Amino acid sequence: MKVHRPRSPRFRRLVVAGAALTALAVVAACGGGSKTDSSSGSATTGSADAVDAALKAGGEITYWSWTPSAEAQVKAFMAQYPNVKVNYVNAGTGNDHYTKLQNAIKAGSGAPDVAQIEYQALPQFALPGSLADLNQYGFSQYESAYTASTWAAVHAGSGLYGLPQDSGPMALFYNKEVFDKYGIAVPKTWDEYVAAGKKLHAANPKAYITNDSGDAGFTTSMIWQAGGQPFKTDGKNISINLADDGSKKWTGTWNNLVEGGLVSQIPGWTDEWFKALGDGTIATLPTGAWMPGVMESSVKAGAGKWRVAPMPTYDGQPATAENGGSTESVLKQSKNPALAAAFVRWLNHDEGVKPFLASGGFPATTKDLKDPAFVDKASAYFGGQKINQVLTGAADNVVKGWSYLPYELYANSIYGDTVGKAYQSKSDLNAGLKSWQDALVTYGNQQGFQVNG
Amino acid sequence: MAESMAHESARQVRPVSATGRNRRRASQDGKGWIFVGPFLAVFALTFLAPIGYAIYLSLYRNQAFFGGKVFVGIDNYTEALRDPKFWEAFGRVAAFLVVQVPIMLILALLAALAIDSARLHASGFFRIVIFLPYAVPGVVAVLMWGYIYGDNFGLAANLNDLFGTTAIQPLSARWMLPSIANIVTWEFVGYNMLIFYSALRTVPGELYEAAAIDGAGTFRTIRAVKLPALRGAIVIATIFSIIGSFQLFNEPNILRTLAPNVITTYYTPNMYAYNLSFAGQQFNYSATIAIVMGVITAIIAYIVQLRGSRESL
Repeated sequence: MKVHRPRSPRFRRLVVAGAALTALAVVAACGGGSKTDSSSGSATTGSADAVDAALKAGGEITYWSWTPSAEAQVKAFMAQYPNVKVNYVNAGTGNDHYTKLQNAIKAGSGAPDVAQIEYQALPQFALPGSLADLNQYGFSQYESAYTASTWAAVHAGSGLYGLPQDSGPMALFYNKEVFDKYGIAVPKTWDEYVAAGKKLHAANPKAYITNDSGDAGFTTSMIWQAGGQPFKTDGKNISINLADDGSKKWTGTWNNLVEGGLVSQIPGWTDEWFKALGDGTIATLPTGAWMPGVMESSVKAGAGKWRVAPMPTYDGQPATAENGGSTESVLKQSKNPALAAAFVRWLNHDEGVKPFLASGGFPATTKDLKDPAFVDKASAYFGGQKINQVLTGAADNVVKGWSYLPYELYANSIYGDTVGKAYQSKSDLNAGLKSWQDALVTYGNQQGFQVNG
Repeated sequence: MAESMAHESARQVRPVSATGRNRRRASQDGKGWIFVGPFLAVFALTFLAPIGYAIYLSLYRNQAFFGGKVFVGIDNYTEALRDPKFWEAFGRVAAFLVVQVPIMLILALLAALAIDSARLHASGFFRIVIFLPYAVPGVVAVLMWGYIYGDNFGLAANLNDLFGTTAIQPLSARWMLPSIANIVTWEFVGYNMLIFYSALRTVPGELYEAAAIDGAGTFRTIRAVKLPALRGAIVIATIFSIIGSFQLFNEPNILRTLAPNVITTYYTPNMYAYNLSFAGQQFNYSATIAIVMGVITAIIAYIVQLRGSRESL
């Protein structure tokens, strides 16, 4: 089970339960333990050696994460390096975690050495200088190990602020039972998707093609897929344009669904939502590749009914976006950053990936994404479909050039105040995006940026 | 009143010889501090220091990303007083206060009078049952009500199905505030009832006997004996409720997951302050909002107390 954007307390419980199960299920992985990283001739060769030296010297570090496999990973790491003690803390999921992290950073002490940070939140921590640049340890040499989109996501400016843990290339999850019942074909374009939504809701007024009560993460991913680049950051200068071609393209399609009342207003990650996914009320979900784990554990009633297809696109050509996904980063506050970096490297580049995969995570490492054992695995929940073929295919088709705002977490938090109003009144999303943009420009300028928008 | 009594007793003590008095006072002063010290230390640490720090914060402006800390004097306050979001939030809790508090207190009063009337069978049982919601943790209570209010799968949905309508939408923008008021009323009727009930228990039996001798019936007794006896308790309960209304946070904050577009980040002043600091890192402005709200609450509570005690005299 891999989870990225959840917010509800209900969901946190679920993640904790998942973590506990994983801890039981995973036997500490034993690896060779020999670190033979050829410090390829970068300018910071000496520091790259420092990572191996720190690992040899041992020590104690603290790690904050809500990844289901975190506990198992820490155990396996300590089994492999008995002279290193890792204190694992689950400081909450998503915003709870960030609030504590932000407070510790502001207080100047109490922050962990290594913390999980979602891609969308990375610039918010990287730009004010709270994270250590891993280029100094020569980690740029690992570029080829990761998908292009996740490698881009762990960068802010020229700095490298973590190694990717997982990815969430989007695909279309759909309830085949509902599609068959109402004679709906799997949509390949967004126009077909809207038509399917109309057909379904006309045939059964209680059924909706999907739910969307306004979710900033979904909106930004959809604009990303449409080729939009609404947020651009260059040092202190930010430009925000939520009316660019990509944004307009998305609202042009999505307005049909929102204004027509064709999307369910059930908010995501609530009990109602899980129920609606199981009983056919919500027929599709365009979402990240981590969704199968969530469905298997929380939407038991949907077993056998759901399938996965590539995301519908605007022109029928394959294109998708990332939705969610996390990295592990080294905090500037860390007293032993070289050891912390060594732990990050183990987690997301070396043996740590195994326990992560065992817990149902969707990797960011190209080697694992190409591994036939992973790609060709048939999923019983999805009626025996080899869903990873679709999902890994999506990982190759992520549109390039996206970046999040340096204050994306704040932006997400006020999404309901602004764009939410458009959802509530079933009116033009462009107007909602405009008021979101205005609020973001004001905030950015207050925080010392030069924001155009 | 208590103050004037203290003066009286002080005056009575006067005639004691001057030297003895001074000696005693000196030694008492030292001892007194030892007793009061622990309280003062905790009070200063947990009450005065945070307030002082909040006031200090409110005089600065800190940029989360670039720029750093700047002294801005009262700029944050002038901004807060012109902030439409703050006033929207304030207006909302004020409306809540004006409607919900009287309903809740009247219900609590009726319950207290009924239980005190000695005509109710198993009054102890009713007392416990009415009080019980207060014992349910607020967070749990709101989650529970969330299920009842849910218009897709909750009780509201079932009722809609039953009557073939979609009219019952407790979580819609229109009904959200009454829905929250309903939860708060449910939670606090029992608490206020207990305050009233314990005040009623202190009424001396002679008063009832006298009323009975004067030929007063049940309702006359309530009006002439019980309500005057309750006045102090009503003032206290009102003040508690005013403070509670202005500090409304838990209920809307939890219902927000169910209705993210209806409940904004500035739905109540406390939610606004919370989200400013923890989502927006605007700690300085957040402290300002908290202080402005605290001052307004103190003023209104003080006015109520003044009015309440004047009437009782």
